[in-house]
Amino acid sequence: MSNSVINNATYNYKVVRQFAIMTVVWGIVGMAVGVLIAAQLAWPQLNFDTPWFSFGRLRPLHTNAVIFAFGTSALIATSFYVVQRTCQARLFSDALASFVFWGWQAVIVLAIITLPMGLTSTKEYAELEWPIDILVVVVWVAYATVFFGTIVKRKTSHIYVANWFYGAFIIMIAILYVVNNLAIPVSLTKSYSIFPGAIDAMVQWWWGHNAVGFLLTTGFLGMMYYFVPKQAERPVYSYRLSIVHFWALITIYVWAGAHHLHYSALPDWAQTAGMVMSLILLAPSWGGMINGMMTLSGAWHKLRTDPILRFLVVALSFYGMSTFEGPMMSIKTVNALSHNTDWTIGHVHAGALGWVAMISIGSLYHLIPRLFGLKEMYSTSLINAHFWMSTIGTVLYIASMWVNGITQGLMWRAVNDDGTLTYSFAESITASYPGYVVRAIGGAIFLLGMLVMAYNVWMTVRQREAEAVDNLPQTA
Amino acid sequence: MDINTFRGLTTILVMIVFIGIVLWAFSRKRKSRFDDAANLPFADDEIEKRTLNESERKKK
Repeated sequence: MSNSVINNATYNYKVVRQFAIMTVVWGIVGMAVGVLIAAQLAWPQLNFDTPWFSFGRLRPLHTNAVIFAFGTSALIATSFYVVQRTCQARLFSDALASFVFWGWQAVIVLAIITLPMGLTSTKEYAELEWPIDILVVVVWVAYATVFFGTIVKRKTSHIYVANWFYGAFIIMIAILYVVNNLAIPVSLTKSYSIFPGAIDAMVQWWWGHNAVGFLLTTGFLGMMYYFVPKQAERPVYSYRLSIVHFWALITIYVWAGAHHLHYSALPDWAQTAGMVMSLILLAPSWGGMINGMMTLSGAWHKLRTDPILRFLVVALSFYGMSTFEGPMMSIKTVNALSHNTDWTIGHVHAGALGWVAMISIGSLYHLIPRLFGLKEMYSTSLINAHFWMSTIGTVLYIASMWVNGITQGLMWRAVNDDGTLTYSFAESITASYPGYVVRAIGGAIFLLGMLVMAYNVWMTVRQREAEAVDNLPQTA
Repeated sequence: MDINTFRGLTTILVMIVFIGIVLWAFSRKRKSRFDDAANLPFADDEIEKRTLNESERKKK
């Protein structure tokens, strides 16, 4: 078998460029809303006494913007790039790919309009009302068609492991999203879930945790398996481990959702099953992390000079850390302390800022110059500055939320000798104030890093006009 | 069959499948195939160059 097949194909980079640029734009929008609502928790008057700026409406806007606008744009950009390059084939259909881009932007704009209006199905990470859900599904089917169509027409005999991860993400998100959003519409802007009570809760967290598992983990692992080897300029540490990693991860992840419902109306056995599966999940998670890290063995010195590689490796470290923290928090006795506290928020952001955002940022810094025929970004020292802002911002965020979470958990469970509660709820909020301020500062630093990135990307794209002529080979 | 027997059997089945995947992936017979596959990200420079050349030509 030979990897280099002679053909006259070219790649569709246009749609990848579009999604890559919009990833930066939506990242800034989503994180800016995040910083605003973080500041609202410290200084509540920042809702300006208007319903559109209230925390309850902006919080879903923040989560939807960072997960579906920023994260998913990054996933679509990189999956379209990786599937073409590792299948050595052009995208299945340019027109359909273009529809995916514009359709997805339409979904995002509709979310930005409807969520502040208070139109919501109230399901976490699935707040969009049913007409938008239908558009999401149509665009997603087009996305799947382009992705798998490209795999079908591949010129290589093997399907590279990154594509397996992207493929699992696309299929599972489609299934989970459709089932969780099954609802009976009563008007254009209101619908009710078809599932009753505790079943609805279980379906919701089957989706909710697998939005984490298949979108924020499996999809970004696909990114990791292409961009870490590419940037380190060496093949993945163990290709065979990556196969075991893939099957183990996708088999186990779907069972873990019940840990979101510890000490709820969900049957006790289901809670315990969710906890046990969450603990088992540590093994494939760390298997994948070690595989990514070890890809650098023999190339560790590159970390000294290459801030892009630093982004990718620190992302893997945060991934390892949060996939250790998650199973620990799913243990019922630990969860009794952490449940409904800011610890959970800190855990999510260790994954979201540390893993998802940093692996995306690192991949984009590798990707963007190549999409425009350049060797590297406009400024490497700005990438380095961005790296430190991201790292410091993330550390401030998660450390303050650990302190807040444990403080809240301990205050809520403290009881006097006569059985009455030692602290009122309001006292725990007062105690959380310093943590909220530190969190807002950490988030603001992370956002500032994204603005530095936007400037760097802007200058890179502009630079292309000048340099592209120099790079032009004689034959062209 | 009792539902709980069925549940127990599925667990064993998944375990056997897992061991099967490990043996399959790590068997010596497939080593060279997977080494080839691991190098796929480095095997398409030609198409990339052609893509970039064409987009430059279009701009002119």
